[in-house]
Amino acid sequence: MRLDSTDKQLINLYQRDLPVCERPYLEMSRQLGISEGEVIDRLQTLQSRQVVSRVGPVFEHRRAGASLLAAVAAPEEQIDLVAARINRAPGVNHNYAREHTYNLWFVMTAPDEDTLDERLDELEHQLRLPMLRLPMVEGYHIDLGFDIDWEALS
Amino acid sequence: MSVSTFPSEQDTTPGYQLCARDRQLILATQAGLPLTTDPWATLGEQLDMPADEVLARFQRMQEAGVLRRVAAVPDHYRLGYRFNGMTVWDIRDEAVSAMGRRVGELSFVSHCYRRPRHLPWWRYNLFAMVHGTSQREVEEKAAQISNLLGDTCSGHTILYSSAILKKTGLRLKKQGDA
Repeated sequence: MRLDSTDKQLINLYQRDLPVCERPYLEMSRQLGISEGEVIDRLQTLQSRQVVSRVGPVFEHRRAGASLLAAVAAPEEQIDLVAARINRAPGVNHNYAREHTYNLWFVMTAPDEDTLDERLDELEHQLRLPMLRLPMVEGYHIDLGFDIDWEALS
Repeated sequence: MSVSTFPSEQDTTPGYQLCARDRQLILATQAGLPLTTDPWATLGEQLDMPADEVLARFQRMQEAGVLRRVAAVPDHYRLGYRFNGMTVWDIRDEAVSAMGRRVGELSFVSHCYRRPRHLPWWRYNLFAMVHGTSQREVEEKAAQISNLLGDTCSGHTILYSSAILKKTGLRLKKQGDA
């Protein structure tokens, strides 16, 4: 999808924060110098083309429950099977294959710490693979995205 | 979370308890905020809640930090950032907090966390996510991080993602679900 300068500006300005006020899209329209209706249309188009994955609230996982990044080193010939088992496990919300000895990286979530440990223990037992458990000790920049380099993309 | 092995996470213990109506709102907006002139009223109609209560709850959750932000979250892959490199660094323990903050400030880093080592299997204690349109671009950005870290860092590697096998947002169970 080709983005015009208004689309780019919209993403630049609101990828991290949009106003939580009575008429948020009206507020955005004033900053962008277009009408409220156009802000809504553009957001709809960006969302339907999946350039914007969603316009909405981002909740703090750590306050809504517990989560942890984990990794396993699956034997190359079993990677699909292991990945499928991980995806089926309750609480798994991300799973990435990565090029490394530890080749499957996933995020396990649970309503509380005890349930999280139980879920990880259960999955580790099922997979029969040692699991690297990498909880966040400190966050320095948490999921705020980054500045889009439009020139590099064009 | 009330129990944590890591002291730095203890001060994020919630002072705000999500109530049933907050949870309803979280569930109703998982796919996104309604794209209507008054999204709070649209949500209110769906949930039989006054529009000003909907907005007030969102504002309170944001003040309490339960809600990080409301945003137009871009899909970086669809935008053209086809290379996602998880750069991982082995930093001297006494330097990792200060370095983590500096790396987190770099404009091209989307996430930056300290995580525990698991010696001898895993030596890296700082993670920084870097996106690029090519592997070379990710490597150039990693080189910038490496320069910044100087001799506080004794080794690093980049783990490229070869496939996204699952990606979903935060899921709250509906009341009554197993």
